[in-house]
Formats: sequence, C-alpha cells, structure tokens
Amino acid sequence: MSPWIIAGFVGAGLVGLGLYALVVNAQPLRKLLAFNLIGSGVFLVFGIVARRGAVGPFPFDPVPQAMVITGIVVAFAASALAVALMLRFAEETGRVTLDPDVWTKPKPDDGAEDQ
Amino acid sequence: MILFDLGLAVLVLGVAAWTIAAREMFSAVVGYVAYGLLLAIVWVRLYAPDVALTEAAIGSGVTGVLLVVASKRLSLLPQADAPPGRGLKRAAAALSVLVAGVLAAAVLTLPDPAPSLAPEADRELAATGLGNAVTAVLIAYRSFDTMLEKVVLVLAVVGVWSVAPDRFWGGRPAPLGPPRPDAALVFLARVLAPIGIVIGVQMFWVGADEPGGAFQGGAILAAMAMIVMMARLTEPPRIDSGRLRLALIAGPAVFLVVGLAGPLMAGSFFAYPAGFAKPLILFIEGFMVLSIAVTLPLLVAGPPSRKGEE
Amino acid sequence: MSVLLGLFSLVAIGAGVFFFVAGTLALLRFPDSLSRLHALTKADNLGLGLVVLGLLPRAGSPLAALKLIVLWAIVQLSSATVAQLIGGALRRQDAAE
Repeated sequence: MSPWIIAGFVGAGLVGLGLYALVVNAQPLRKLLAFNLIGSGVFLVFGIVARRGAVGPFPFDPVPQAMVITGIVVAFAASALAVALMLRFAEETGRVTLDPDVWTKPKPDDGAEDQ
Repeated sequence: MILFDLGLAVLVLGVAAWTIAAREMFSAVVGYVAYGLLLAIVWVRLYAPDVALTEAAIGSGVTGVLLVVASKRLSLLPQADAPPGRGLKRAAAALSVLVAGVLAAAVLTLPDPAPSLAPEADRELAATGLGNAVTAVLIAYRSFDTMLEKVVLVLAVVGVWSVAPDRFWGGRPAPLGPPRPDAALVFLARVLAPIGIVIGVQMFWVGADEPGGAFQGGAILAAMAMIVMMARLTEPPRIDSGRLRLALIAGPAVFLVVGLAGPLMAGSFFAYPAGFAKPLILFIEGFMVLSIAVTLPLLVAGPPSRKGEE
Repeated sequence: MSVLLGLFSLVAIGAGVFFFVAGTLALLRFPDSLSRLHALTKADNLGLGLVVLGLLPRAGSPLAALKLIVLWAIVQLSSATVAQLIGGALRRQDAAE
C-alpha cells in the first residue's frame, strides 16, 4: 500500500463523514462544517491524482495542485458568504436551525420583536 | 513510513469524526482547526508543500477564525434543534457508506499510467524563469483560471456586504474582538504583527522558486490584520472607503490588464513577452498579495453592522 | 565530530519527543482544564525546544538554522499567549459559576 492510496481512502472517508453530518444536522453552521469536510475530502482525492501524475523532474503534477490551492481559497470565500447569510437569517428570525419542523411550531419566546 | 501514514490517516479521520460528534459547536470548530493542520501534514506526504501551506493558513487558520466568530455570534440565540430521527440517521449512514465506498473503489481503479500535464507545465516553467512549478501553473499556464478566481473573491465580498441591512450600508463591520481584550492578546498582536508581515512578504517572494506564493503570503498578512483587529488596536474599515475598494480589486484588475495587453506584447491573451515574464509575474503577484490580504479579513469581519463615525 | 553531532541530534530529538508524549498523555489524562494547561505548556515548550536544538546541527545552512530558531521563538510567543488567554477565560468562567 503506497502513501497515496492511504490518502485516497482518507479522502473517500472524509466525503462519507461529511455527507452524513450534512444530512443529519439541522444547524446551519454544522452543515457548513460538514460541507467543508466533504470539500477537503474531494481535494485530497484530487491531490492523489496530482501525486500519481509524477513525470520527469517532478514528484507531482503541478496542475491539479494549483487547482486545489484555488479550490481551498474559493471554499473559504463560499464559507464566508454562507456565514454571512446564516447570521443574517438568525438575526431576522431569532432561530438557528434549518429543520422545517421547528418552523411550524410556535416560537418559545413569542415573536414580539418581528418587524 | 507506512506506519506513520496509517497513523496519520486514522488521526485525520478520527478528528473529523470527533468534529461531527462534538456536542458543543465551539468544540467542533476547535476540532476542525486541528483537523486542518493534520490534513496539511497529509499534503506534505503527497509532495504538495504549496497546498499544505494553503490548507494550514486558509483552510484551517482563516476558516477557523471565521467559524469561531460565527459560533460565538450564533451561540447567543436559543438552540431549537430537534435531534434527527433514527430512520434519517440510518438512511444518511447508508448513503454516506455508499458514496465513500464508490470513491474508494474509484481511487483503486485510477487509470495506469496516470494522465499528467506535468510535461506541459514544465515547458511553461522554462519559459517563465520561475523555479516553483505550482506558481508557474497558477500565474502562467492556467493564469486565466487564477484571474477568475480572484474575481470570485471580490464577488464573495460583494455578496457578504449585500447581506447588510440598508441602514448600515457604507458603515463598519462588527468588531472582531471583545470590548476590552486581554492584555496578553494585545501584547501578542503588537509583537507578532511586524514579524508576521515580514514572513508573509517573504513567503510571497520566495514563492517564485520555492514553496509559497501569493495565496500563502497573502493569507499570513490577512491573519496579522485579523489579530490586530481582535486586539482592538484597529477596527474593521468602513466599507465605503475608496482606498479599501481599490486594494480589493487591485489584484484581479492588474492581472486582467496585463492579460489583455498580452496580444500586443506576446501575441495572445494572458501570454507574457519572452524574457520579461518573471518580473511581470512578480508585479501581478504583488497586487494579488495586497488584494488577498485585504479580502480575507473583510470576509471574516462580515457585513457592515454599524454606521461607524467618520 | 560528525558522529558526535549526529548522536547529539538523536538524543535531543528523542528527549523532545518524550516530552511531547508526556504532555499529550497529560492532556488526555489530567482531570481539569487548568492542570492540563499547566502540563501542556511545560512539556510542549521543552519538547519543541529540544527538537529544534536537535535539528540545528542538521540544518543545511546558517540561514536555515536561524529560521528554525525564529520558528521556535514564534511558537513560544504564541503558545505563551494562548495559555494566558485560556487561563483567563477559565478564571472568568469559574467566577461566573
């Protein structure tokens, strides 16, 4: 078993873990964490493609590596946008959940501050 | 070494699982930061030091700050989560195992010999005079992608700002730190910021030939800006500041202008004139570092939430 | 001479790793946050110092050695600060309860 196969399995496992958490959790911030786990798992699988593409003087193929770097930065930008949206959502509604059942029940502290 | 890799794999997956299972949101976020750092070691093992630096600085560090700030703000609200039902849990577990299994099978059946763009990138490397192949791919071989990615960052900032209520438009984002920060934090910010700025600039500069580059260096500069804001030595800037907006778009704008000048100077879009490529690349990267160092703290600070006295 | 230096490296790094392991055991086994913090700051600072000391003879150039020392100093600075911050937060938490 070479190191890249282990890293590939780690990537697959991370995607699985992240997917489970994404489905099970109703809290948006936890969904975001799960989403980032999936993302890094995908990057890792792509990373082993870079490792396997070693040709000539390089121990790696630089093209997928460069794409993973831009991917990490874009994932951060998407996370920041998601955080801004969920904070605003929580501010508007006074609640932090995406569970549809919660919204059909009456609010515990009565929605007097709704504008 | 195989033992090290296996141990690392177990550790990464274990910390990831713990992050998901942690009851407190804050613990989950701290777990995620540790997870990011461990993942950086995996990247080093894959001969990807540039990716490892980016993962540690942005994937773990800056994202960690973003999530800590968000969990702090969200924790003030009542938690209304109903625990997920057993059926949902089982279905989700089955789906996850299926997807992970398919991915693992795909990993095992990757084509042999592996396809590679390394020879093409190597040719480009010789033309640019750079020593770091990944930087050459980012700025020369796939420069159009990198330019568009910078535009995505600007769009993300616009998206975050547009979430603000109308009455705060043009104001300042909420402060990153408590009203009276710990003296130790203030001390750290005072001592670390100058050192960090030197390291960030150095990381960008050596990125031409060694692991490092505009993203990694910019992320360290951004971290220094954030620690200074957390210690309340300075406040997040007003978002209607002209200088701020100029710094925000400087990277993609300079990149685009040089790219558009390509047909005149070198015969095609986003091409560099022979013999002049390296200084031009460093020129573009300099502005990119500035834009990244400004963009990341703005994304963490969030939309303007107060009018902000002039 | 080089054998002696190699031996020195080995001993210093080995001792450093020992302290890291001790600190990690303390982190996992100690009962409350303050004593964990106490053990971690002591053991890990010593561990890192010894590892860096052991790596110094192996650094290829004086510049690389200098970088190692700067690295050590920055980690010292930030870990000391973080320990202070965590300690302060714990004290405030205790006062609130």
